[in-house]
Amino acid sequence: MWSQRPSMPDKRVTIEDVVAELADGMTVGIGGWGSRRKPMAIVRAIARSGLRDLTLVAYGGPDVGLLCAAGKVRKVVYSFVSLDSIPLEPHFRAARQQGVVDTFELDEGMFLLGLQASAWRLPFLPTRSGLGSDLMALNPALRTVTSPYADGEELLAMPALDLDVAIVHMNRGDQGGTGQFLGVDPYFDDLMLMAAKKRFMSVERIVATDDFLNEGPVHSLRVNRLMVDGVLETPNGAHFTSCSPDYERDEPFQREYAASAKSAEAWDAFKASYVDVTEAEYQQAVAR
Amino acid sequence: MSDNPTRAEVCVVACAEAWRGDGEILANPIGTIPTIGGRLAKATFEPSLVMTDGEALLVENIVPVGVDNPPKVVAGWNPYRNMFDIVWNGPRHIMMGATQLDRYGNQNLAFLGSYDKPSVQLLGFRGAPGNTINNKTSYWVPNHSPRVFVEKVDVVAGVGYDRARALGRVASRFHHLPRVVTNLCVFDFATDDNTMRLMSVHPGVTVDEVVAATGFDIVVPKDVAESRVPTEDELQLIRDEIDPKGLREQEVPS
Repeated sequence: MWSQRPSMPDKRVTIEDVVAELADGMTVGIGGWGSRRKPMAIVRAIARSGLRDLTLVAYGGPDVGLLCAAGKVRKVVYSFVSLDSIPLEPHFRAARQQGVVDTFELDEGMFLLGLQASAWRLPFLPTRSGLGSDLMALNPALRTVTSPYADGEELLAMPALDLDVAIVHMNRGDQGGTGQFLGVDPYFDDLMLMAAKKRFMSVERIVATDDFLNEGPVHSLRVNRLMVDGVLETPNGAHFTSCSPDYERDEPFQREYAASAKSAEAWDAFKASYVDVTEAEYQQAVAR
Repeated sequence: MSDNPTRAEVCVVACAEAWRGDGEILANPIGTIPTIGGRLAKATFEPSLVMTDGEALLVENIVPVGVDNPPKVVAGWNPYRNMFDIVWNGPRHIMMGATQLDRYGNQNLAFLGSYDKPSVQLLGFRGAPGNTINNKTSYWVPNHSPRVFVEKVDVVAGVGYDRARALGRVASRFHHLPRVVTNLCVFDFATDDNTMRLMSVHPGVTVDEVVAATGFDIVVPKDVAESRVPTEDELQLIRDEIDPKGLREQEVPS
């Protein structure tokens, strides 16, 4: 029988601990993809906090929309913001069309390279992606780099996307910060964590380390504890996004969320019911 | 099978034809009719195509659209990160949508109006810049109109031929826009300056209709072919196996 030695760290934290580590103006990376495996419990806690002027870095979904609607966002670094089954994220859309949030527009692959560069502590990674498009015109800070070898090819130098904080949600984790995804796609959560100074992972369930391989194959242990500073158990914590195979997206609730972008009154009602409440109250409200 | 093919079924075949001759590459359709078309191509004249289940698996059987838990013959794991490996490695032909396209195939799906305060925020740049500079990229437009086919797109996400040419031969060596398939016709870029050329009109559509629905001057050859209609075998595959629920008719109503 394997036993947990005293050397195994206990990194368990609360949602309040996570929010307390954030400050106005920080750059926050959020894991998942679209409306899939988003750390919504932490996102909700940020939405009801006093934080402001955040820069969000995400393959965006309702995490971006909710925080825009809650007035927490100054800038979004993104290549898309989508609810998947509802292609356009209505709250993000409203914020952009009102001109209240700035962006750093990126191609999906450039976004990956920016995270990878940061994770590897490099200033940039070269790519062909982005050349010829208007991305460089929209962001004059983007530069090209010339290959020092005989080919002399000019490539786009995708700068590192360095994060102050990363938040991700996994299916299982242990108290030391190892994380396990049980769905079909890990997305880019491990890169998000390695690109950040402070790294937090919520999980559906904290398990004993020797239970991991009962839950899934060794390949599902994508997050090792070198990548994580704090872990917290938030059952149904990705709701209303999908967290396969634990649960799928709550489509009726997502439609209700999307409809709350139709008017200030609709948003106020949604906010009162589902944002300005504790996580326990939220989970009670959506258990129907 | 005696009834005539619908416009949607002609569009399915027109999309399928975009992958003809591609051989062993990833056919990566986005949208309902392109997906049916890609799977039709794989099931018939282009069996070497590699395709996904629409999510993170590579599958070798012909998976129906709009069916819950269809049987899958899984041959590979292709999460998003692996997809970028294929994009950058090269063997891929994507067919994606476009909110705006110009005569050189510059595409916009990011936003309309000004960058600082868009009149309409759309998806963002998605993978359009990387797709167009790395892979064969075709487009699917289910609502052919002068609002889609414009003189000048508001912002360039997918790279067109004039932009590619300006980058030079080296940077643009993987750039290739084979086709634009719409609910009215098929375009290619087989002209001296790679501007859009009318390749075929769907049965029941006139050249004048296409010209009127396009917001820039297109190259119209002397003899414009009619788009090919599905064979009996193809119709059976589309109706009974690939799209048994008729989702194609929602995307292009008859």
